[in-house]
Amino acid sequence: MGAKGSWRLPVAGIVGAALLAAGCSSSSSTVETGGSTAPKSEAGNTVKVGVLQSLSGTMAISEVAVKNSALLAIKEINASGGVLGKQIEPLVEDGESKPEVFATKAEKLISKDKVSVVFGGWTSSSRKAMKPVVEGTKSLLFYPVQYEGLEVSPNIFYTGATTNQQIIPALDYLKEKSLTKIFLVGSDYVFPRTANKEIKAYAAANGIEVLGEEYLQLGDTNVQGIVSKVLAAKPQAVFNTLNGDSNVSFFKELKAKGNTTAAIQTVSVSIAEEEVPGVGVDNLAGHLVSWNYYQTTDNPRNKAFVAAYQKEYGADKPTSDPMQAGYNSVYLWKAAVEKAGSFEVDKVRTAAAGVSIEAPEGTLTIDAKNHHVFKTARIGMINAKGQIDEVWNSGKPIAPDPCLDTYSWAAGLATGQARAECDKVK
Amino acid sequence: MSTLLSNLYIGLTLASIFLLVGLGLTFTFGQMGVINMAHGEFIMAGAYVPFVLQTTVFASLQGVALLVALPVSFVVAGLLGLVLERVLLRRMYDRPLDTLLVTFGISLLLQQAAKSIFSANNKDVVTPTFLRGQWDVLGVSMTHARLFVVVLVLLALLGVWVFLTRLPAGRRMRAVMQNRDLAAVSGLPTGRVDGTTFFLGSGLAGIAGVAVALIGPIGFGTGTAYILSAFLVVIVGGFGKLRGAIIAAVALGVLNAYVEHFTSSTIGKAAVFAFVILFLQFKPNGIVSLKTRGLTA
Repeated sequence: MGAKGSWRLPVAGIVGAALLAAGCSSSSSTVETGGSTAPKSEAGNTVKVGVLQSLSGTMAISEVAVKNSALLAIKEINASGGVLGKQIEPLVEDGESKPEVFATKAEKLISKDKVSVVFGGWTSSSRKAMKPVVEGTKSLLFYPVQYEGLEVSPNIFYTGATTNQQIIPALDYLKEKSLTKIFLVGSDYVFPRTANKEIKAYAAANGIEVLGEEYLQLGDTNVQGIVSKVLAAKPQAVFNTLNGDSNVSFFKELKAKGNTTAAIQTVSVSIAEEEVPGVGVDNLAGHLVSWNYYQTTDNPRNKAFVAAYQKEYGADKPTSDPMQAGYNSVYLWKAAVEKAGSFEVDKVRTAAAGVSIEAPEGTLTIDAKNHHVFKTARIGMINAKGQIDEVWNSGKPIAPDPCLDTYSWAAGLATGQARAECDKVK
Repeated sequence: MSTLLSNLYIGLTLASIFLLVGLGLTFTFGQMGVINMAHGEFIMAGAYVPFVLQTTVFASLQGVALLVALPVSFVVAGLLGLVLERVLLRRMYDRPLDTLLVTFGISLLLQQAAKSIFSANNKDVVTPTFLRGQWDVLGVSMTHARLFVVVLVLLALLGVWVFLTRLPAGRRMRAVMQNRDLAAVSGLPTGRVDGTTFFLGSGLAGIAGVAVALIGPIGFGTGTAYILSAFLVVIVGGFGKLRGAIIAAVALGVLNAYVEHFTSSTIGKAAVFAFVILFLQFKPNGIVSLKTRGLTA
């Protein structure tokens, strides 16, 4: 299951607006009573943190693993002495795969439980619902999933990839391999549509020909029409932003129609180790994906992470990019807190600039201005065992550019609120 | 020409899926009036059967596993339906709208059970060798997996037709459905007949599950992907009418395929629903409706 959905955008918007109002009034009352935004969570020998993921509903399939990896990081940190001498006490909440519940639960964790930080969210709609809450209460959120970019918030740290660390490297790779006739297939909601807008702008500037662009509704399994359009267009590659169950039908049909990766290669950005067995290794072997981390990523830190995760949750449990980002979020926060010497939001936020950790995916550094993370991009090929082998990487961590300001072809993609947010951190 | 034909093929294969998932509902919903929201989960149960067989008993015989899965899934889903009918639904035949809520609850329970047993991740059924590949006829490439679904639905239709018209049990079923009171005073055990009907309708959902396992995802949400199409076919076709269901499935499938080809997937779907809404304005009882002078239609 992929990421970043916003299929309930109108609802999220209304709820978000309502909560923004609620957030403003509650923060002003905080000013009257104490004047400080410092949470009182660090009283005694523990510090409270919130872990907010969907443990029920359609997104639970993906988000439970992210919750598990965050808890693993907390357990490890506690075992080695905690943060600033305090043990971390995680408060786990269920976002129920509903943006409005994410907003309510985030507010509860921040205002009632007084947590120092919230780790959580997966879909873009869940993040957009929590954004006004954490901004209104001047608190901290670490969001662990790759997303469509074009957003910056003083109160959110984005520990997954933004587009220039996942989608653009994948396009660079296709171009390098001379796969320049591409077809865009995606689920019909905000992430694929935004991503495809960026892909088309890139294509126009880089001599890549986009032969077609088709969308399936989320969960739709009626793929024959789209597959026949793809086959008729004869592209060299398909850039796939389908999410969830549609991928299963899509790859089964593509395989049944006799397609080989030599004829049409695909690059997916929402299929990771966890999804591969469900789509069928047979149907996916040889196809490409783009992430920042694979279970096979070869370094001692990752070997330790995989071993610790499988010891805790089962030897058959794969590790994947988003859950690894959930794990890193906790360590990044710890590093920022230790640099600040305090749990106070403002101090942590300032201290976070330039903070760096050694993560399973490699060295991660928080960007001083936009709160995203320097990450190494990796293109992987799915192998016959269902694992993903790295076939290319960017060599060094790529500076996050959520607003795509460093790409001349992307001029004009960030508009409205996104433009305003981006301009603030330029 | 080949575009025209290949979209006809897409439409017909789509229709075969519509029909297969809807066939069982023509009994339980169409004839008994039970709005069975759990029908999708019977499809789901059927879809898990080939997965279980391929990973246990027939680990190295994927083709055999798939063929054995057909009768097994019929029985598994049929028994689920029978239990549902005997334990809950028979108490509420005079309250059809309540069955909607009850069976919706059951469908959630079954989905959660599937998550507990099989985990929330999708499972994979390996396509056996004899169903891989495709034939090219007049420029239309027809995959063996989809043709298998078409053959399956034709066999299922034949079976149902023989049962309803040639076998005593089928005649009893029709008698009860057409006039329950008259059937009862004529000495038919209507309760037992209801049980048989539900077993049959649910069992057909199980077979549909095996078919969709070949072409789509197998997971706890499999049923929800098809339940809407199933109801659509029954409602448009006319309650409990095989002939109507066939015409409805073909019409909706072909319409969807052609509109999608010239526009997009989303518009293809919208066109189908727009057509259904319009159609029901003129023929609220569906394509084939039973004309009766009685007060209880």
